[in-house]
Amino acid sequence: MLLNIKNLHVEIDGKEIIKGLNLGVNQGEVHAIMGPNGTGKSTLAAAITGREGYEITAGEIWFKGTNIVDMEPDERANLGIFLSFQYPVEIPGVSMTNFMRTAINAKREYQGLPPVPAGEFLKMMEEKKNLVEIHSKLTNRSVNEGFSGGEKKRNEIFQMAMLEPSLAILDETDSGLDIDALKVVAKGVNQLKSGENAFVIITHYQRLLDYIVPDFVHVLFDGKIVKTGGKNLALELEAKGYEWIKEQHLFEA
Amino acid sequence: MEVQQNDNILEQVTTSDYKYGFYTDIENDMAPPGLNEDIVRFISAKKEEPEWMLEFRLKAFRHWQNLSEPGWAHIQYPKINYQDIIYYAAPKKKSLASLDEVDPELLDTFNKLGISLEEQKMLSGVAVDAVIDSVSVKTTFQDTLAKHGIIFCSFSEAVREHPELVKKYMGSVVPYTDNYFAALNSAVFSDGSFCFIPAGVRCPLELSTYFRINAANTGQFERTLIVAESGSYVSYMEGCTAPQRDENQLHAAIVEIVAMDHAEVKYSTVQNWYPGDKEGKGGVYNFVTKRGLCKGRSSKISWTQVETGSSITWKYPSCVLMGDNSVGEFYSVAVTNNFQQADTGTKMIHIGKNTRSTVISKGISAGRSNNAYRGLVKILPGAVNARNFSQCDSLLLGDQCGAHTFPYIEAKNETSIVEHEATTSKISEDQLFYCNQRGIDTEKAIGLIVNGYAKEVLNKLPMEFAVEAQKLLAITLEGSVG
Ligand SMILES: Nc1ncnc2c1ncn2[C@@H]1O[C@H](COP(=O)(O)OP(=O)(O)OP(=O)(O)O)[C@@H](O)[C@H]1O
Ligand SMILES: [Mg+2]
Repeated sequence: MLLNIKNLHVEIDGKEIIKGLNLGVNQGEVHAIMGPNGTGKSTLAAAITGREGYEITAGEIWFKGTNIVDMEPDERANLGIFLSFQYPVEIPGVSMTNFMRTAINAKREYQGLPPVPAGEFLKMMEEKKNLVEIHSKLTNRSVNEGFSGGEKKRNEIFQMAMLEPSLAILDETDSGLDIDALKVVAKGVNQLKSGENAFVIITHYQRLLDYIVPDFVHVLFDGKIVKTGGKNLALELEAKGYEWIKEQHLFEA
Repeated sequence: MEVQQNDNILEQVTTSDYKYGFYTDIENDMAPPGLNEDIVRFISAKKEEPEWMLEFRLKAFRHWQNLSEPGWAHIQYPKINYQDIIYYAAPKKKSLASLDEVDPELLDTFNKLGISLEEQKMLSGVAVDAVIDSVSVKTTFQDTLAKHGIIFCSFSEAVREHPELVKKYMGSVVPYTDNYFAALNSAVFSDGSFCFIPAGVRCPLELSTYFRINAANTGQFERTLIVAESGSYVSYMEGCTAPQRDENQLHAAIVEIVAMDHAEVKYSTVQNWYPGDKEGKGGVYNFVTKRGLCKGRSSKISWTQVETGSSITWKYPSCVLMGDNSVGEFYSVAVTNNFQQADTGTKMIHIGKNTRSTVISKGISAGRSNNAYRGLVKILPGAVNARNFSQCDSLLLGDQCGAHTFPYIEAKNETSIVEHEATTSKISEDQLFYCNQRGIDTEKAIGLIVNGYAKEVLNKLPMEFAVEAQKLLAITLEGSVG
């Protein structure tokens, strides 16, 4: 199993947000995570990627055979975990090119490889830019600075394509995207998808799942996965909302 | 070994009583500590200077005696005893046999900066073989420069070979009466550089590598004079991005620039003197007076500086915009870490009509350091349509450091426009995590973010300097967060 989360409990400022979550992801799979606002989806992503302030009070996160809960965020990234941020961050004055080269070389250093030759790197940039149909105008600018909401999301997918992670977590990458951009995101994911890697897609909308077909759909509610199904579950949620799940969950609890 | 010997001598000399009648002993390699007229005469005699040069020094010395050290800067340091300092020591001989004898920490930094092996030897005082020895490098450069009629030599040489030019311009921009440290420098300056670009000549070289070699041992009180005749251009790079482990505690330098009609001088500095250790012990006190005079119409002087070293920096490269339509620029990055203190900025003095000035200052503070920007924009009554734009940004790393901005504006002509913008920011947790999530560790992330922040200024540096300056910023901030 690529990712195996067991009985995960996460606190922010002493308040428990994730309350005993289990999730297993195999290579080659696409998992969708849905759920009402504020139920802990982004918190889960933060815990997996090792963000400071998200305290894991119990449980384990196994990734490629290692329990990564005590690992630094950059090491987790270099091990192959990528997060497409719900709110990408601006870094003024740092060009996308420089940022990407630094990231790729960090990963290569981690793998014991020498820095990527300039020619090879530029070729790769071109290739991936075409893949996500991102304009050179954007990659010549500073990281996310002044990008529109949609451009930022596209840029996340561009970075994902460049870094070729084994596990990509997309936190609401589809929110705020027009239909063309949505297709681009889907194209990026589908092209990258292989038997080796896996995707966890956090979304509120069924429409992205028309393009990226999930193997599993999970409903996160109150810090736990309360329901798991196939791609039809997403359709059902779209039609019926979350009330019935909440009721079911509270009834069971 | 030699270094050790020098130290011993230093100690002997500093602990022994002052020896009267010493000044007659011209064979000595070192003056006794302290400053008086005899010492000034001794220095001048050592350098075999003409009478007029000695007179200049003595006038400066007499003036200095009546001054007191300025206390207005936002810096704190134990009182300097000017009678404890040695004002003349013959240049050190390079005598280490190989790089194996050099402090490994220093070598490590050289390597991080990508300084070539040969140059490493030169900078750390290892004897170098004849081929790249500074004399031959100097010769190659001077051939090229001579072809264009450019004079570029040490200050002492200029005093000997070009006395008319030195007499005409020395002290014309920074008179010895200017301030305490300028007076001190004028009295005791050891050496420095002189540069003269004839009318209409565009200097074909960045005056850099040469200087790097040339300047390695000019010592404590250096003096630079650059004269750009009408329509000429020169880009001048001072200093050295490699770390200088100078044991001299006090540095007081003077740089004077004169630009005639349509002349342009670009002056770039990367200052990396020893900043002291993590506890704030040791380090260089750097008190520098740098000023450019845009004497001619449409002349232009740009100062670009990256300041990462010294325990104390007191420095305000300035422009006097005398010629109509003349332009002054100041681009600065000042980084302080640990216990470093910097009080730096600029003065833009608008005298001529349609004069323009731009000030971009980026302060970066980490550790327990203090970083102050101090700037004066002065518009004189005759400066019709003068324009100034100043932007002063401060970046704080951590919460024990300080950033301060002291902008002074005196506008005496109502057609002038003076704009001032200031920001203070911190590296956010979000930015660091974003970098971390892309596999970039925190130290590298800080380097990246800081370089991005300083980019506007770094872009103004000549290419080869910029690359080293970028690395230097990252190295300076190593261990500043964690
Ligand atoms: N840094 C923080 N400090 C305090 N509370 C936080 C913090 N981050 C998240 N929370 C709280 O944790 C809960 C879960 O937030 P989270 O962002 O994980 O929700 P989400 O499921 O991603 O919601 P959405 O669908 O709106 O993105 C919320 O109640 C939120 O207010
Ligand atoms: Mg969220």
